[in-house]
Amino acid sequence: MSTGEIKRIIIIGAGQAGGETAQRLRQGGFDGEITLIGEEPAAPYQRPPLSKAYLKGDLDIDRLMLRPASVYVEEHIALLTKTRAVWIDRANRKVRIEGGRELPYDALILATGAKPRKLPLVGADLDGVHLFRTAADVDRVRERFVSGAKLIVIGAGYIGLEVAAVARQRGLDVTVVETAVRPLARVTSPEVAGFFLDEHARQGVRFVLGGQAALIKGSDRVTGVGLTDGAELPADLVIAGIGVTPDVAIAEQCGLTVSNGVVTDRQCRTSDPNIFAIGDCAARPMVHYGGRIARLESVHNAVEGAKIVAAVLTGGKEHAEEAPWFWSDQYDLKLQIAGLFQGYDQLVFRGVMADRAFAAFYYKGDKLIAVDAVNRPAEYLGAKMLIQTNRTLPPSVIEDMSRPMKELVASAR
Amino acid sequence: MPKITYIEHNGKEHVVEAPVGQTVMEAAVKHAVPGIDADCGGACACATCHVYVDPEWLAKTGEQNSMEQSMLDFANEVEDNSRLSCQIKVSEALDGLVVRLPKSQH
Ligand SMILES: Cc1cc2nc3c(=O)[nH]c(=O)nc-3n(C[C@H](O)[C@H](O)[C@H](O)COP(=O)(O)OP(=O)(O)OC[C@H]3O[C@@H](n4cnc5c(N)ncnc54)[C@H](O)[C@@H]3O)c2cc1C
Ligand code: FES
Repeated sequence: MSTGEIKRIIIIGAGQAGGETAQRLRQGGFDGEITLIGEEPAAPYQRPPLSKAYLKGDLDIDRLMLRPASVYVEEHIALLTKTRAVWIDRANRKVRIEGGRELPYDALILATGAKPRKLPLVGADLDGVHLFRTAADVDRVRERFVSGAKLIVIGAGYIGLEVAAVARQRGLDVTVVETAVRPLARVTSPEVAGFFLDEHARQGVRFVLGGQAALIKGSDRVTGVGLTDGAELPADLVIAGIGVTPDVAIAEQCGLTVSNGVVTDRQCRTSDPNIFAIGDCAARPMVHYGGRIARLESVHNAVEGAKIVAAVLTGGKEHAEEAPWFWSDQYDLKLQIAGLFQGYDQLVFRGVMADRAFAAFYYKGDKLIAVDAVNRPAEYLGAKMLIQTNRTLPPSVIEDMSRPMKELVASAR
Repeated sequence: MPKITYIEHNGKEHVVEAPVGQTVMEAAVKHAVPGIDADCGGACACATCHVYVDPEWLAKTGEQNSMEQSMLDFANEVEDNSRLSCQIKVSEALDGLVVRLPKSQH
């Protein structure tokens, strides 16, 4: 497939990855047909503010949009909203959408994202029990997000804790139920998790750790959550933040290789050379981590996939992958993360937690693999740069607060 | 609505109407001005919304907070008039603002 032969590009999934790809294809000079198919009613929008400023009520939906709907018209991007792609015919290179229409493609990009896990419990469909993935989900939550309401958050990942933080700031009564013995168990070290646990406790959030919801109580509306140990917590509102599963339905239907996400190479190409997969639905080799295949759930990954594919399809300059990055806002704490911490064997701090400004550096052997920086942007960007350029600093050097991070980074090999 | 002029590295100008209360980054992105990536959408996490504020306007765009300062410290080709455009709020006082874009945001 040479780039010259590509006249029609279809993107399935109009989220951040799909929306960015359409935009970047045009910016890269692609002047053929682009069709962007999305199930949601809105043009592509950003999800991170959903659990932050949007939940608080500080932003309206227009400000979540990646681009106003008019830009798609101006740039001749056919945006089909409220439309589900249901079938891919790889042999004839066609996508069938709901209603039966078939659209031909020369190159196809899967950007189907991920679906929030539903609580596998009796009562999970009661009014007042919410998932937290789409703007529509959050609009429903917002109606009930009033001071004094009793909120139970199930799952203490980043989204759950961000929701808890906004809820406390809004005066809700908040309990977080988490099956693991600590919050953020999948995504950070016990030390950093402990810091966030203390902070939330100080802000008045109650935690049930090592606790498991057994059922949701209520007749038409939720009234409480029963735990497996028999305890019962009253609730006006329940929000489930128990993770997502990649939406690989259509990839599986057409027989692409799938293993916790649609598996791709570094160019985001799937097992079919005419089909690419990016964003939350895809898993690709991590160049800064020995090429191990990982599926990331982040804005960085969604945007990077868009950049990679747009460069491939327009014959543009190959995109140089960044070290993975992520952020989370809770109260006045800005957590910025670079790298992948899994498999670390040493943890070193710069700064102290009591100052509410510190960075935790994760090492594997003598290699720096990740940082969690709380209100420490220099440490975040410095570590990101080191990981990206395959350099490291000895732990004893990075701990030395007498030298600014920038100077340390400049001295690194 | 205040008008903002973005000048790409190659000299191409884009004049954009920017709603008061939004940021200088948002106005650019919503009008598809090339050269501002703004990957993080204004969360002060990516430093890909770097601009050079026309010196005449620098005072009016307000002070950098420490988060922005540290982020800029690591950006490429930083000058005295460098700002992260997601940290500049549009106000009537910024009607006529001119910002220049760096060669690359990475
Ligand atoms: C509340 C919340 C907070 C977050 N906060 C952060 C943060 O602070 N920092 C960060 O880096 N990341 C954050 N994330 C993660 C980030 O938003 C996601 O990684 C990113 O949105 C993934 O983009 P995507 O385009 O791959 O998937 P999605 O945004 O899920 O978009 C996929 C779209 O495809 C549609 N679709 C699926 N199948 C089909 C089909 N067959 N036909 C048509 N359409 C289809 C879906 O309806 C969906 O609209 C957050 C996510 C959430 C939910
Ligand atoms: S948009 Fe990311 S730092 Fe400004």
